[in-house]
Amino acid sequence: MKKSLLIQGGKIIDPSQGIEAIGNLLISEGKVSWRGKGEETPPHADYDTLNAKGLVVCPGIIDLHCHLRQPGDEEKETIASGTSAAARGGFTTICCMPNTNPPLDNQTAVEFIKSKSASEGVVRVLPIGCISKGRKGKELAEMGELASAGVIAFSDDGEPVLSSYLMRQALDYSHAFDLPIIDHCEDKTLTEGGQMNEGVISTRLGLRGIPNAAEEIMVARDLALAQLTGGRLHIAHVSTEGSVELIRRAKEKGIKVTAEVTPHHLTLTEEKILGYDTNAKVNPPLRTKRDIKALIQGLKDNTIDIIATDHAPHTEADKLCEFDLAPFGISGFETALGSLMSLVHGGELSLVTLINKLTHEPAKIIGNRYGSLGTLVTGAPADVTILDPNLEWVVEPKAFASKGRNTPLTGERFRGRVMATIYQGKLVYKDDSIKVKES
Amino acid sequence: MRTTQVKPKVPETTVWQHHHILDIDDFTREEIELVFHTTKAMKEVLSRPIKRVPTLRGKTLINLFYEPSTRTRLSFELAAKYLSADVANLNASVSSVAKGESLVDTLGTLQALGADIVVMRHPHSGAPYIAARHIEASIVNAGDGWHAHPTQALLDLYTIYEHKQNLKGLKAVIIGDIMHSRVARSNMWGLTTMGVEVTLCCPPTLLPLGLGPIGLDNKELPPVKIEPNIELALDGADMVMTLRLQRERQKSGLLPSIREYINLYQLTEARLAQAKPDALVFHPGPVNEGVEISPAVAHGKQSVINEQVANGVAVRMALLYLLSGSQKQ
Repeated sequence: MKKSLLIQGGKIIDPSQGIEAIGNLLISEGKVSWRGKGEETPPHADYDTLNAKGLVVCPGIIDLHCHLRQPGDEEKETIASGTSAAARGGFTTICCMPNTNPPLDNQTAVEFIKSKSASEGVVRVLPIGCISKGRKGKELAEMGELASAGVIAFSDDGEPVLSSYLMRQALDYSHAFDLPIIDHCEDKTLTEGGQMNEGVISTRLGLRGIPNAAEEIMVARDLALAQLTGGRLHIAHVSTEGSVELIRRAKEKGIKVTAEVTPHHLTLTEEKILGYDTNAKVNPPLRTKRDIKALIQGLKDNTIDIIATDHAPHTEADKLCEFDLAPFGISGFETALGSLMSLVHGGELSLVTLINKLTHEPAKIIGNRYGSLGTLVTGAPADVTILDPNLEWVVEPKAFASKGRNTPLTGERFRGRVMATIYQGKLVYKDDSIKVKES
Repeated sequence: MRTTQVKPKVPETTVWQHHHILDIDDFTREEIELVFHTTKAMKEVLSRPIKRVPTLRGKTLINLFYEPSTRTRLSFELAAKYLSADVANLNASVSSVAKGESLVDTLGTLQALGADIVVMRHPHSGAPYIAARHIEASIVNAGDGWHAHPTQALLDLYTIYEHKQNLKGLKAVIIGDIMHSRVARSNMWGLTTMGVEVTLCCPPTLLPLGLGPIGLDNKELPPVKIEPNIELALDGADMVMTLRLQRERQKSGLLPSIREYINLYQLTEARLAQAKPDALVFHPGPVNEGVEISPAVAHGKQSVINEQVANGVAVRMALLYLLSGSQKQ
């Protein structure tokens, strides 16, 4: 029998239960087995102890949007390296997008992800299935089969569903399985050859722009189709003020929509591109201060439900080239929490809101088919993230577990760091300073 | 015998800070004036019976061109030879690049071959900035994508300077495809730094976002006026620059037809009459006569198109000279 672990003296923040208090948390048999207030200790004495004094203890954080690149692009990332990076970033559940090669548009491919994750992964990997066969936007993938294989959503991420007709059918058909359709909103006729946000910086740098309207047109279309069908829509990586306004109005009307925003769209602007840093090239592109303000407001008033990384690893060689030739994407797992904590320290978001957007809210979108996620309620899987909200550290991509060192944050100093990650009762990552005392 | 004096006489008042020449958005007015004075000295060298000085003897300049070019490449080659540098040309489209070698690998090769200065023309904006991070040699941007063409802007500025001496308060009009023009971008920076008032005239589909007068939220861009009506734009101008219109712009839907562009934006004698009588007419070449400019204006007495070409060699000599002082010994 595996020994129990007591996480002692930390500040437990669990938005799913409205808890924000110092206390002790006991983990046994891979599940949360007991919680005590203050210095209260568990009834039986046989447990190891992890001293969490001064630290924050919260449900394991969840990422609804990442790219693990396997199968097909194993030089960029694998399920093994990607889940290790996720663990270092504090994530215990990550949902991987189906734009692999071959894509996850059939049961066999989904089974491959599940078996690889079980044998090589260190955190929970939940696959997202394709909307259309081959992500080609022509015919629906066999959603029923994908649903029974265990996907938690459908998306052709990276490829927007251009046909309004197909999008309508997808929203309608997926209704039968109560799984959301995640759309990457981009009107490609407005973004062909686009490299960065269209505005003063793109004009200065002589780079082809990607206008806000390209995203907003598709957000508006998808919302209209969600209203028409009553289907579940989830908008990936919202990046503009206009999109926030559209989603806000749709929610007021009662349309079933949820939305996510990435850490980089919440904290970085297009000015990161000055000097042609290909590591700041991402789609949708980094926008402006005005958009950031609207995105934060959207998080606060629940227009935007969750934060998701869009972790998109690439090799150094992929990014070491002319700006126009570099692929889009930022490696995000290992900087997500540090960068988001800057919003907390800057007074933009409360720590509780931040944790809610990373735990309870994404768990609601995923639903219960994989158990109670994003909560420390007794009996839930013992997925726990332990943070030091004040520890300062410097981003060094060389130390990443991810194969993708493509981050525009190299050398950035952050305050707030993941100290330990527990997945189903097992310590899958811990900082060197964290010691577990045996009973 | 004037050839006994082998060194050009150049002023040493302003300290030269640049190891690379990537754009002129980071040039001060004083630095541009230093280029003018150095260019004047180089024009004196070019007027000698034996137009060669030993300034860059033992230095190697490589022309790395990823895009076809005749006048710019030739201009750099002659400039380097008049300064006694060794010159090699790499036409990248037919070299190992076609076999998949990356830009950074190619630069490593040039470094290993002993390049001191790499003159680079590239179809992608920003490529010289990436190059400058991966090579010790000086990079001179000979045009990158839509972004910048600093030596062209400096030779344009020098040509105005020769005619007008004081640039401050002059009125310049740039007509044509601003969006896709590196010449327009670099000239906007250079002209506004020298105190010239710049007006842009083009179809709104060829105007990139964010440009406008001071007061807009555009500290990343030089302040300019926008006037889509060519007659109004030309009113009282001291210099007029027309830009080459590529036929692809019509095909990609930015213009209804070339015919309509000609009707609305061609620089004709009648339109030029709106400008000052001594207004200078510029074109960075190659000229589409009968499209953006009428043949009569292109060859008229106000045209300085050939002077631009001639000054190009002297300006590039000046820049190579100034850069050689920045090199690690």
